[in-house]
Amino acid sequence: MALTALDIYKKLPQTNCGKCGFPTCLAFAMQLANKKASIDACPDVSDEAKELLESSAAPPIKLVKVGSGDREIEMGDEVVLYRHEKTFYHPVAYALMVDDDSPDIESKVQATEEMKFERVGQEMQLDMVAIHSKSDDPAKFSSAVSAVKGKTSVPLVLVSQNPAVIEEGLKACGSKRPLIHAATKDNFEKMAELAKANNCPLAVLEDSGLEELAELSKKVKEAGVEDIVLDLGKKPLGKLFQELTLIRRLAIKKLFRPLGYPVIMFAKGEGASEGLEAAIGTLKYASIVVMKEADRAIMYPLFTLRQNIYTDPQKPIQVKPGIYELNGPAEDSPVMITTNFSLTYFTVAGDIETSKVPSYLLVADSEGLSVMTAFAADKFTADSATELIESCGIADKVNHKKIIIPGQVARMSGKLNENSGWEVVVGPRDSSGLPKYLREYAGA
Amino acid sequence: MALELPKEKWVGKIGQVVIGALESEGGTRTSKVAMGGATSLPFLGFEGEYPNEPPIGMEIFDVVREDYPEVARKPFEDVIDDPGKWAKKCVEEHGADMICIRMIGTNPEEENRSVEDAEQTIKELKEAVGVPLLIYGSGDEEKDAKVLEMASNVMAGERCLLGLAEEAAYKSISVASMSNDHGIVAFSNLDINLAKQMNILLTDFGVKLENIVMDPLQAGLGYGLEYSYSVIERIRLAAFMGDKILQVPIMCGTARVWNTREAFKEDAATGDFTSRAVFWEATTALSAVLAGADALLMRHPDAVRYVRDSVKNLYGGGEQ
Repeated sequence: MALTALDIYKKLPQTNCGKCGFPTCLAFAMQLANKKASIDACPDVSDEAKELLESSAAPPIKLVKVGSGDREIEMGDEVVLYRHEKTFYHPVAYALMVDDDSPDIESKVQATEEMKFERVGQEMQLDMVAIHSKSDDPAKFSSAVSAVKGKTSVPLVLVSQNPAVIEEGLKACGSKRPLIHAATKDNFEKMAELAKANNCPLAVLEDSGLEELAELSKKVKEAGVEDIVLDLGKKPLGKLFQELTLIRRLAIKKLFRPLGYPVIMFAKGEGASEGLEAAIGTLKYASIVVMKEADRAIMYPLFTLRQNIYTDPQKPIQVKPGIYELNGPAEDSPVMITTNFSLTYFTVAGDIETSKVPSYLLVADSEGLSVMTAFAADKFTADSATELIESCGIADKVNHKKIIIPGQVARMSGKLNENSGWEVVVGPRDSSGLPKYLREYAGA
Repeated sequence: MALELPKEKWVGKIGQVVIGALESEGGTRTSKVAMGGATSLPFLGFEGEYPNEPPIGMEIFDVVREDYPEVARKPFEDVIDDPGKWAKKCVEEHGADMICIRMIGTNPEEENRSVEDAEQTIKELKEAVGVPLLIYGSGDEEKDAKVLEMASNVMAGERCLLGLAEEAAYKSISVASMSNDHGIVAFSNLDINLAKQMNILLTDFGVKLENIVMDPLQAGLGYGLEYSYSVIERIRLAAFMGDKILQVPIMCGTARVWNTREAFKEDAATGDFTSRAVFWEATTALSAVLAGADALLMRHPDAVRYVRDSVKNLYGGGEQ
């Protein structure tokens, strides 16, 4: 919990000297509480007070970066338990795990590197590769790391509890800042040294309970490692789910620092079962999900889920205004118009696709509002529709001047006809009526 | 130092709705389904009760539309023209906890099946399976009034759920539900206030709150799932914080997935279409459960199986 102005005031010198630029210490404290001033402005504050204020200002979940260059991943720094309270900021990263003794390690990584999707204007592809030292042989691990590094620039997770293996892996990795996985209560001193020496984030693994995990993360921090990732270890899914929730609550509601870090989880099972564990991690608080497979049929829906859940609830996703061609339209195909709220667009486009009738869909810029809301707010009007019809070039694509408008905005038809010169046809009130409507329209 | 775990102490409790009446209770069902009853968020049994693993019902139609996706049709190819057999397969081979029949064929704008034909279908369905039934109209207000009145009478004493009550059409279905002590499904369109409004309309009309199940509209993955997810979370949190009118079970369906071509179209770039469609449906359903849904309605047997396994795994291992 953040400090109140009064909490802060108690720690200030209370001299009202004014050197900070504010008339009184209390006024200064209020500015500090609102994050409008910096404690550095007070020349007389004690070190203890300064440390307290700085640490209380730190985010509840530390921002941890893995990797380097443009594929670097940021995770943590979340501030809420439920996305409607604000938003989830740093999308979960999906990692593919390969074993260092696997003969097809390069082809597996190559295949995932080639797996790229684009959806609603966002590119989606695998975020990380985790290399597991199954062999426990430093030389073998090192060559596996080199092989993977030759195929991809995504951040790596080096998976071994043997410091000698990790050391070789780090050498092969160069300056790529992989995540070291993992420090345990038996090896944490050596692992912390390696993490410090190589400036790498370090995962701490403890499966016996949250208290034990917190103890270990404290020790690792005391050893000088700042960038920590938590691993709850292998345990039944129900237990893992509860602990993921508790960690998030401890970090956000209690500002419990030892567990205020991103969490990595390893999905169990195969195929869709593994995919559903990854989905659970996506919904409830994992920052990295490691999977053994990366089947397109699973990954594509999974990326879609992540895209949905990490959408800012205050800012509706918008699609680009303009002409959308559906079902391969020709010059005699019907022309429809809707607004650029993504959900509106997808619903309408989906219903047009269902109809199988080749069509043009014009998408008007309504600042991301749905048809009815935009109409009520004057963001979707006869004027704006006319402007779109004239500017988008639809007249060059079709041999008619007929436009179908949503039934809900039938009231704009007269003015739209007058303004644009296009014949206005009133379509169904709800998008779900489109398939039937269009089939009849096209048949007529 | 002992770590104090942040457990929530909610004041609200979700009502439990039980459907299906056994022979001893005057019905002919061989099993019952309980949904709701929670005092904790899903699978967090350490801070309250989460007594009922969300039941999974399977959805069938009286008449299947021509454009019903191949992927959803295939597992039932041999029985899809016979709702009774279709239901039987859902129950016996795929473990459906309940069956929901959507009487779309009665819609005057589709096949316009008569109430007598519909009655035959429901009688057959009643004989074919012993699980509790949900009977949904076709969305045509006038016809639904007749079809659901008939369904209520045919299923008298069986304790069904009738659906869907909507803001613009809830009176006749409420009468049908109350006349034979059935439950009712209150539909609202992705809005916590509308969900609440529906429950108020129904209770003002005389429906008891303990007979209501809410359907706040589960959008499909990729098509507004995040809205549903947050609406369900908000409904559930409001109920726990004491909003009595929202303390009723939530039921979510995956019907929208099967209108989403992206989920099941042939497209090698996004993987095998059957696996993709199944996972699409399973993910949609599972996210509804994690947000707070107390019951599910689904279509594809493999998706049902995956979700059931995940729910069992989530239920297991933790403190419940």
